[in-house]
Formats: sequence, structure tokens, C-alpha cells
Amino acid sequence: MYPFKRLTILCGHYGSGKTNVAVNIAAELKKSHDNVTVADLDIVNPYFRTKDSAAYFEEQGIRLICSAYANSNVDIPALPQEMYALTDDRSMTAVLDIGGDDRGALVLGRLAPKILLENDYEMLMVINGYRPLTRDAASTIEVLREIEYAGGIRFTGLVNNSNLGAMTTVEDVLASRDYAEEVSGLSGLPVVMTTVRQELYPAVVGKVPNAFPLGLQKNKYL
Amino acid sequence: MADKVLMKGNEAIAEAAIIAGCRHYFGYPITPQTEIAAYMAKRLPKIGGVFLQAESEVAAINMVYGVASTGTRVMTSSSSPGISLKSEGLSYLAGADLPSLVVNVQRGGPGLGGIQPSQADYFQATKGGGHGDFHMIVLAPSSVQEMAELTVHGFELADKYRMTSMILADGTMGQMMEPVALDALKVGEPVEKPWATTGTKLERVHNIVNSLSLVPEELEELNFARYERYKVIEENEVMYETYRMEDAEICIAAFGIASRVSRNAVDAAREMGIKVGMIRPITLWPFPKKAFKDSLATCKAYISVELSMGQMIEDVMLATEGKAPVTLCNRVGGMIPSPEQVLESIKETAARIGGNN
Repeated sequence: MYPFKRLTILCGHYGSGKTNVAVNIAAELKKSHDNVTVADLDIVNPYFRTKDSAAYFEEQGIRLICSAYANSNVDIPALPQEMYALTDDRSMTAVLDIGGDDRGALVLGRLAPKILLENDYEMLMVINGYRPLTRDAASTIEVLREIEYAGGIRFTGLVNNSNLGAMTTVEDVLASRDYAEEVSGLSGLPVVMTTVRQELYPAVVGKVPNAFPLGLQKNKYL
Repeated sequence: MADKVLMKGNEAIAEAAIIAGCRHYFGYPITPQTEIAAYMAKRLPKIGGVFLQAESEVAAINMVYGVASTGTRVMTSSSSPGISLKSEGLSYLAGADLPSLVVNVQRGGPGLGGIQPSQADYFQATKGGGHGDFHMIVLAPSSVQEMAELTVHGFELADKYRMTSMILADGTMGQMMEPVALDALKVGEPVEKPWATTGTKLERVHNIVNSLSLVPEELEELNFARYERYKVIEENEVMYETYRMEDAEICIAAFGIASRVSRNAVDAAREMGIKVGMIRPITLWPFPKKAFKDSLATCKAYISVELSMGQMIEDVMLATEGKAPVTLCNRVGGMIPSPEQVLESIKETAARIGGNN
């Protein structure tokens, strides 16, 4: 298993697949850690929240920290008071699902001093080269820098989650290697994971850096 | 990497607008369409365009009026309550015969309603959209690719007929992500706009863009001329898709997200031996009246599947001239009919008309 730190912070362009990756990393962590928390700190998007998987978390004994308003259709950018446990309770291993772009990353500013002080975190940028505003390495780096500036934490790695949704093919995943490589080269950050749908995993494992299967998929809409 | 990108419906509209040459966007944020504004805010300044978050929807639609007067492609977008605020401007745009693109990503209503998908602004979009006699061309996409294609088409129709094209989507269409082939978008030649206020250069008389006309005889003439144009549109610009209609005895009428659900229900019913098909209007105005009328050759009953209390159903009834029963299958308030609900409705209808079971 990937050597996860106590805190795994997932940021990225909105629609890059952060939430889906977060849910799957939490499930993976639970295999080796008792006290696993997933925190939905999205203040940008009222839809497609980590909370969509609340029943699964409950069943797995994974703690979910999220705004009382998540998925309530009350469309306000609220944060849960429990979020301070992420830095204050060091007995937990947590995945932080941060909202999209620099606007979403503003939330991190509040936690950044304590996260940096403890220094047991990974700050991962989820990238999808099939998204229109991060189609090439240069524009991805632009978003990356904006997020770092807003969040007050430098990235430590990349998660290549390049996909075309349910229609993603093995070729699409393989074709994204060069893109991820280029982002890695420009940013100096390693590709710590290449995330793919479970069905595609056997065909890409070994062919992409650190393939990680996404067994859990939320697809609420048609 | 590949010629396809993974886009939200809202993003597809924004990018398609840019591809269509639109460099002016004015709007005010409202869920579930804020991604259009967010996308434009990022993109337009980089390509010499103007993104402006107006102080209100009313201000935004009047900025659209201003830019449209110069013959420049311009758009705004909003969701249901915001479109109501824009309706005065929509009427003024119609009165001044100005081309524009307006997007309504509908949410549940009335009032402030909710933020989940709805199709309850059908009447508002197709029967006017403001005071006075006028129409907008109303385009109803049912995929993210179509969000992009109809945006380009909407700009072109707007220019061609000097009127507002409205993209009537819903929260689902705006938020869902699908692969889009942007390269497939074809943009036609620009239309001459001799009426635009682009400066006389002392070579012609002033162009005046105005919706005020105080002489009743002249105002009547303007209305007559506008409706002559509408007739041409009704003859030439109707768009619809038929699905498994060849021998259909039951016809589903559905657009947008409702048509995606209905398609599954049609397939399930066909497997049970029920002869059912679907007509999916793509232009809600002009409504595909002839397609529905012609379907009477085989169809004995119609089901209008809507995310409203029954609005398009009236156009289906008018088009079928009371020659066959039309029933409603719906959910409202942000809810979407399930394929099972539509299938149930098909089965009930089949039993009622004594079909082929």
C-alpha cells in the first residue's frame, strides 16, 4: 500500500474527481488503520459531495466530517466545526476532500499553520487532462499554483485521475501518461498515483505509475 | 491527448459560446448554472473578451441589450428565478429585434424554489418570456454534446432572425459530466448586420435600436413583420428526434433529461412487446407540431413525460388536435421521473388502448 501520511489532502480543479479519489483512499486506509476520517470541506459545489457515500462510511466505520448543509440543498458555503479535530486529534488518519480550484482551497488557509507545524501530511493535486481547463500541462500548473497560493500549503505529489467518466477506455488512461509526466516535470512533483476505474485496473497496472483502482464509484445521475 | 474532453453541461455551453465567437458575457451567479459564469470569468479575459458579474440579473440582461445593439455576439445565463428577473429585458430585446443567447438551467419552483432540476419554465420560455407579443427560439439539449452544439446553433439562429435564442436546460443537464467532441462544432459564416450601431463613419444615417414605438399603426406593422419572420422559423427551423417510432402505437413526448429517462423506459417496454416510441422535441419553439400530427397515423395514445405539472402536454394536445388521449407522467420540485415510473405509465396506457399484450 502507498505509505500514506496522517493527513492526505486532496485538491484540484473542480470536476477533476477529488471526491471519488477521496472516498477510495479512505476505504483503502481503513484496511490498515482503525481510526479513519474523511472530511468534506467543499465550500464551492452543493452537488456530488463526499456525503453521497455517507451510508458506506457508516457501514465501514469511517468517520465523516462534513457540513450539516452538505447535500441538504441549502446552497451556502458552510464548514463543520468538527474540522478542527483534523489537526487537534492526531490519533486519526484522515483524508481531506477540498473544494475545487483556488476558491475551494481557501478553506485550507485556516488549517494550514497546524498542518505545517505537525508536518505529517501529503498535499496531492488531483489532475485530469481530459478536463477543458486543465487539458495541458501549462494550464494545469496554473491551477496548481493558484491552489497553493490560496491554501497556503505546497503540493507534495500528483494523482493522475485523467478520465472521461464512464466512457473512459484503457487507451484514454495510457494516453494520459505523457500529460502527467509533463505536469510532474514542470512542477517537480512525483505522480504518486494513477487512479483508474476498477474494471480498467488489470489492463493498466504496471503500465502507469502507481496504478490505484477506484472500486467505489458514485454515479448519482444518468 | 485525445479529441474529447470531459465537461459539465454548463462548461460545454460556455466553451461552445466562445467557439461561436461570443466574447461578451454578463450574468449574476445562481445555482445550478454558476459554472457558466465561473468558466467565462476564467476564459474570457485571456482571449480579449469581457466577463462582467453584474449587480443583478436585471442589469446583466440590459448589458446584453447594449452589446447586442452593436451586432456583437453576447450572452447571459441564469436559472429559473433569475430568468424571471430578466424577463423585462427579454421583451425589450424582442421589441428591438436584437439577437442574443440566453441560457436557463432550470431549477425547481415557483419562487426561490430549490436547486434540483426542473422543466417547469416551459410556459415561460415557449409562450413569451415577457410582456407583449413575441417568441424566443427555445432549444432543449439532452446531452452535454448537445449543450455545446445547440449553443452554437442558438447564436446562429439568433443572428439570422434577429431574436433571442434560449437554451432551456435543467439542473441535471448543467451539472452532469460527459465526454464532448469540441472539434465537431461547426460555426457558420457571420451574418451581415446592417442595422447595428457600429458608428456611421459619416457614410450613412444613424442606426437606431429601440423598442419604443408610439405610433400604433407603426407598432402594429412591426408586430406583423415580426410574426411573418416567426412563420418562416416555424417552417424551417423545427428540430426533433424520433426514437423507435416506426410502428409505435404509444408515443412519448419528452425533452431534455426526461427524454433520457424515457428512452430507457421505451426500450424496456419494447422488450415486453409494447409498441412504443418517443418524439423528442429539440426546438420547443418552434414546436414540432407536424411530427406529432403525422404520428397519428400509427399512434393511439400519447404520454408527456415532464419535470413539471404538465406544460408541454398542452402543445402535444394542440398538435394532435384531440384525436388521441394525452396523459401526463411527471415529477416536480426537483425530482426526476424514474424509468420504472415511465414504464408503468406506458403499461397502463397500453392496457387502456387494448394494445398488443
